[in-house]
Amino acid sequence: MSRLLLFTSLGSCILILMVLQSLRRAHIRVEYSISWLAAGFGLLMLSRWESGLVWLSKVLGVTYPPAALLGVGVGILMLMLYRVSMVVSELKDNNIALAQKVAILEYRLQSLPDNEKVG
Amino acid sequence: MSDFLILIPAFNEAGSIRWVIEEAKRVLNNPPIFVVDDCSQDATVAEARLGGARVLSLPHHLGLGGCLQAGYRLAYELGYQYVVRMDGDGQMDPASVNTILAELKSSGHQMVIGSRYLAKSSPYSSALRHAGIVFFRMVLRPILGKPVHDPTSGFVGVNREALEVFSRSFPLEYPEIEALVVLRRGAFHFTEVPCTMRPRRSGTSTITALKSIYYILHVLLGVLVNILKFDRKLWRR
Repeated sequence: MSRLLLFTSLGSCILILMVLQSLRRAHIRVEYSISWLAAGFGLLMLSRWESGLVWLSKVLGVTYPPAALLGVGVGILMLMLYRVSMVVSELKDNNIALAQKVAILEYRLQSLPDNEKVG
Repeated sequence: MSDFLILIPAFNEAGSIRWVIEEAKRVLNNPPIFVVDDCSQDATVAEARLGGARVLSLPHHLGLGGCLQAGYRLAYELGYQYVVRMDGDGQMDPASVNTILAELKSSGHQMVIGSRYLAKSSPYSSALRHAGIVFFRMVLRPILGKPVHDPTSGFVGVNREALEVFSRSFPLEYPEIEALVVLRRGAFHFTEVPCTMRPRRSGTSTITALKSIYYILHVLLGVLVNILKFDRKLWRR
């Protein structure tokens, strides 16, 4: 168990560092980094604090404590993927509205007489 | 200026679009015709311009719903009172546009559907498509409060009130059935008039056998979502 927890803590640390590095380079927006950082610190805490993990596995009814850790990880992933779907949907809607607007503006620009066109 | 325009959403219809536009111009005394090109990869845009239509070109492929909505938005911005949608494959007889327009004006209803099932001659559609239509008639009957014979018809006329709603809220991908529910949400009314359909001149149906299950689920979910958005007060009106 301790070896698994060691790897989990190592993984969480890498995740946290990765997110911080992406933030520094502006590869991820702050609003989307917060959930990843929270997930990283949550997993790190659970893998270092063994009595807490044992308590959690009892609450969840899992006999093997590291399985509780994996369960929490899967839960976090599902939530974050769902959030990504929501963001994608919003982007798609905005993108459609934008494409329609561009097409309409282009059409109206073409129907202007040449001397009113700019550029 | 004409108070109505003909809207033709087109995606890879180079084989028939020019013929459709020229026929409509001939039969309907040269009305304004707008083709909304959903980023076709063939010569649809050039063919449409040759036919004498004005072309609204989308910068990337949006699917039928997004394509139609772009046309409705433009028509609304330009101040048209009525818009009749036709398909670019030549299945619809432009003479029926007059029937739809007359019904729009006399009934005051927001939407008039050209229905192939009200006409006497047998419609050109597959058994599978017919089964789907029968199923959706059953689903839509209680929601719309009256029977609709051809809910998937693409031969549809709308007035400015519906145009205003559609320019704000219009279903994507497979819009015909959901559009009916969107209108009902606003306590709007529709009627059907008989129209004859001809065999398509080119291209294939957007709904293939393989896609039909996905189509049915997609539309059912879309209808459900739209019902959840119903405003109770409007619903009782």
